Amino acid sequence: MGLAKRIIPCLDVTAGRVVKGTNFVELRDAGDPVEIARRYDAQGADEITFLDITASSDQRDIILNVVEACAAQVFIPLTVGGGVRTVADVRRLLNAGADKVSMNTAAVNNPDLVAEASAKVGNQCIVVAIDAKQVAPGQWEVFTHGGRNRTGIGAVEWAERVQQLGAGEILLTSMDRDGTKNGFDLPLTRAVADAVDIPVIASGGVGNLQHLADGVTQGGADAVLAASIFHFGEYTVREAKEFMRDRGIEVRL
Amino acid sequence: MAGLAQKEKVAVVDYGMGNLRSVWQALVHVGGQCEVTVTADPEAVVAADRVVFPGQGAMPDCMRELEARGLRQAVLDAARCKPFLGICIGLQMLFEHSEEGDVPGLGVFAGKVRRFPAERMLGAQGNKLKVPHMGWNEVTHTRSHPLWNDIDDGARFYFVHSYYVDPVERSFIAGTTDYGIPFTSAVARDNIFAIQCHPEKSAQAGLTLLANFIRWKP
Repeated sequence: MGLAKRIIPCLDVTAGRVVKGTNFVELRDAGDPVEIARRYDAQGADEITFLDITASSDQRDIILNVVEACAAQVFIPLTVGGGVRTVADVRRLLNAGADKVSMNTAAVNNPDLVAEASAKVGNQCIVVAIDAKQVAPGQWEVFTHGGRNRTGIGAVEWAERVQQLGAGEILLTSMDRDGTKNGFDLPLTRAVADAVDIPVIASGGVGNLQHLADGVTQGGADAVLAASIFHFGEYTVREAKEFMRDRGIEVRL
Repeated sequence: MAGLAQKEKVAVVDYGMGNLRSVWQALVHVGGQCEVTVTADPEAVVAADRVVFPGQGAMPDCMRELEARGLRQAVLDAARCKPFLGICIGLQMLFEHSEEGDVPGLGVFAGKVRRFPAERMLGAQGNKLKVPHMGWNEVTHTRSHPLWNDIDDGARFYFVHSYYVDPVERSFIAGTTDYGIPFTSAVARDNIFAIQCHPEKSAQAGLTLLANFIRWKP
């Protein structure tokens, strides 16, 4: 026995509220990120990820209150991303109670930010989120701004680069699969997982439990992230873990 | 109010190496009537009834800051007589020497802190194991201890580290974990218990361990 593969529910948060549906019958307030995080914790989630998608900058600091409230009640690692542009942003989130901070567009625009942040707070706290789209067979390109802007950078090459810069983990999302429920882009996941020595979290496209298992067994991911299959109550985190365990994957149960 | 017993004081030693909020928060969560404080004041460590010695970052920096803030003696004294809980680097600093930066530690336990030999660590499928060791792994109890009360032997805890302790005196080992190689994940002696993982981030198992520490009467 050894290290468990992780299951990470992801919550999109805007102005302090979870968006995209949640379907927990016992919840008092289905939009409250802390209440939902507590529910996932109780189901056995290994980590929680908050993605702050707040559009207006004057509401940005609300995420800090959410992180603080969550860290006071949920005693598992907490990753927060969205709108992180400076080392000061990273510090604010860590001080509020985040364990890891993920950066995406800012890392592409300014790769030194990854190096600087990781030197200051330790690479175990720095996650680089990579949004990738397939551009040719076996080739994927990094996109920013939620998949709208192409960068001309190869996803595998970028993963290797951010590892060198000091990223401690990669959150890899297939923009082709995100929202489709057709499963992870397994060749993409495998290509990145084989190229780097840091953990890779597979994301984008999960529609059923087999997809989660495939991310680990075929994609080579260290962790799998999903949103809607948990939010809409189709499966609990515990069911996902039992499914993976029954297929020979080591999980925390 | 007269007649009420004074609250028991739990001091979390802050030597300026990162955020101790999670440790504090988890202790408050399980601490009941205790007064839990994060403190950089040696006097407060001396005055505390229980001491938690956490840590993150690189051990050379941790040792330097502990020294610079005048906390070394207070920590050593606490480790001699009070219920004392070391966490992560707080475990590693109790040993004589670390391969990380080739620095001496506090020498409370005989032995060394070693780096995981990544090049010869393979997983069950022959895959290369990643360093740091990050995530949920099993802690096997090698002896009974009050801090293991109500925690399953083999329960998973959350780890983030690249170095591990190698005690000379094997009877002080309280828990072991497997990551390519078996390593010591907890040690205990008299009033000291120290653990490599992060109980403050280890869900119920971690909270139970912290609650056991708060109640522990060595």
